[in-house]
Amino acid sequence: MTEANGIAVLCRGLKKRYGSVVAVDGLDLEVKTGECFGLLGPNGAGKTTTVEILEGLLEPDAGDLEVLGMRWGSDDRALRQRLGVQLQETELAEKLSVEETLQLFRSFYQQGPTPDEVMRIVGLEEKRKAWVSKLSSGQQQRLAIACALVCKPDLLFLDEPTTGLDPQSRRQLWDLVHDFKTKGGTVVLTTHYMEEAHRLCDRVAVVDHGRIIALGTPSELIAALGAEHVVEIAVENDDRAIDTWLRDVTGVQDIRRERDGIFLTVSEVHRTIPALMATLQKRGVELSNLTTHHATLEDVFVSLTGRHLRDD
Amino acid sequence: MTNFSHPLLQLTRARLLEFIREPEALFWVFVFPVLMALGLGIAFRNRPAESLAVAVQDGHGAVALAASLDSFPDIRATVLDSDEARNELRTGKVALVLIPGDSVTYVFDPTRTESQLARRAVDDAVQRSGGRTDPVQVGEQHLTEPGSRYIDFLIPGLLGLNLMGSGMWGIGFNIVQARRKKLLKRLLATPMRKSQYLLSYALSRFVFMLLEVAALVGFGWLVFDVRVHGSLVDLLVVSVVGALAFTGMGMLTASRAKTLEGVSGIMNLVMMPMWIFSGVFFSYSRFPEAFQPIIKLLPLTPLLDALRSIMTDGAPLGANLGQLLAIAAWGLLSFAIALKIFRWN
Repeated sequence: MTEANGIAVLCRGLKKRYGSVVAVDGLDLEVKTGECFGLLGPNGAGKTTTVEILEGLLEPDAGDLEVLGMRWGSDDRALRQRLGVQLQETELAEKLSVEETLQLFRSFYQQGPTPDEVMRIVGLEEKRKAWVSKLSSGQQQRLAIACALVCKPDLLFLDEPTTGLDPQSRRQLWDLVHDFKTKGGTVVLTTHYMEEAHRLCDRVAVVDHGRIIALGTPSELIAALGAEHVVEIAVENDDRAIDTWLRDVTGVQDIRRERDGIFLTVSEVHRTIPALMATLQKRGVELSNLTTHHATLEDVFVSLTGRHLRDD
Repeated sequence: MTNFSHPLLQLTRARLLEFIREPEALFWVFVFPVLMALGLGIAFRNRPAESLAVAVQDGHGAVALAASLDSFPDIRATVLDSDEARNELRTGKVALVLIPGDSVTYVFDPTRTESQLARRAVDDAVQRSGGRTDPVQVGEQHLTEPGSRYIDFLIPGLLGLNLMGSGMWGIGFNIVQARRKKLLKRLLATPMRKSQYLLSYALSRFVFMLLEVAALVGFGWLVFDVRVHGSLVDLLVVSVVGALAFTGMGMLTASRAKTLEGVSGIMNLVMMPMWIFSGVFFSYSRFPEAFQPIIKLLPLTPLLDALRSIMTDGAPLGANLGQLLAIAAWGLLSFAIALKIFRWN
């Protein structure tokens, strides 16, 4: 029993293909009880397919999978009693009220809080009589999470829970997840928002083309870049030849170009900047822009794949 | 909460709430059939036989001939010139044209029932005006009874049509909608039993079926004095079996479809033959003999036969066992296949 070892989800060599498209390509995963585990990756990386396999909604073509120490195919009903699920695109019945929707979902489970309690947890008490169609997208998303919470789940799956939400709704949702985790719940979450992964997740797996390409705590992943800051510059009459000697500036670990900027990954900004200015002056190159920021998971992803998480 | 904690009850309640909150659905299920009964009932009400309109082509003796025809109560004759008379005949405004002369000529289309009637009535009038006397005196006794009118035929027809339509549309649309919205997938992620989900549709149909039957039968009785000559319980039993059978067929048609357009197409394809052939608006005996075995295989046909046999003929349930079995077989078969091939994702 993996559950006794404090492991909520364990999978090895998970594979799933749709026709000729390989969605999940030999994925290994270990989620510990009580942690919030994030799957971070761009659209089409295979995050949703992975999560739906873990939720028992899709059958993998190959691989070994244990959820809460049980297996899909033999313990389905018992497993479903203990899983809270929020799917990426579910629209709940428009003409049922918040309360009616929760009563319906609550009726499927043997145990759990009352609809009233769940409404209080997600802050929808005032909307109890409102039809689902009259809720804002943030409220609808909170209701979707409430439906996942009515069974007092041990394991909560959230598939891009904040995509398309405004910043305030997003923060409300983060608080919900945080509270759930504080009370000992385990969360598996997919996202393509860096900040979300950084704020919520204890550990993050970076997923690309159906594989995990990096795994660790957000700070570990960033530290693995070997540099914690990014200096972005733009120069007049950029002839791209400068890349070669920029690499030799003190503290520059890596250079990449995108849009009109040159991105330097650096470990110590206070040493690199003066050296950079001196070199530029010596070579007679005019700066047109200079900004710096802390390295983020986005920078991790770009350095691993050469691509961005989102197209926008 | 505790009162409604069983998933089947909750699912059924959700179905019922969703339905009554959908004004369009309420219109199609309750108002539309009643309006249809009203419209057709008025259009085809039994009237004293209308006088037959005929034209006399202008010419020598035309005016006198028209006047003598007009003196018969069931004939209305007008004098028209030749072109006009033909035109009125062609467009059906008159049933027959007479060309006066030494011998009278009747111009008419022998395939038109009213023209045939007009020919007989006009000939009778012409001969009598000419001096023929009838050798035998006859009398008439008139009889118009509820049960023999078109509306008496129509109400059970509309009832069956409604049981079919609301079973198919009501169930099919809702299921496809839930599939499209990924709601089915979300439910699959709960411990809900799939059979209970499908059963909740049957239960909600049962509740609405009672109201539909009450609305249409009640309307027919109050407005057109259409009586249920058999037992109301028997009528309900037939309606239940019919409603559930079409619930099964609705599920089957919706079991794979991913879009509303897709399911609409399949449903129209399934229902259209029954609209035409099963005898909703007129008896299917009008179709050629060769069609009859196929028509009797359609699920709506035995349902309408059983409804009419109980409502109009006052037959007991026992006389309709064959029909009931046929309807139930359709329902069970559809339900079983639907459960097997149902697409939850």
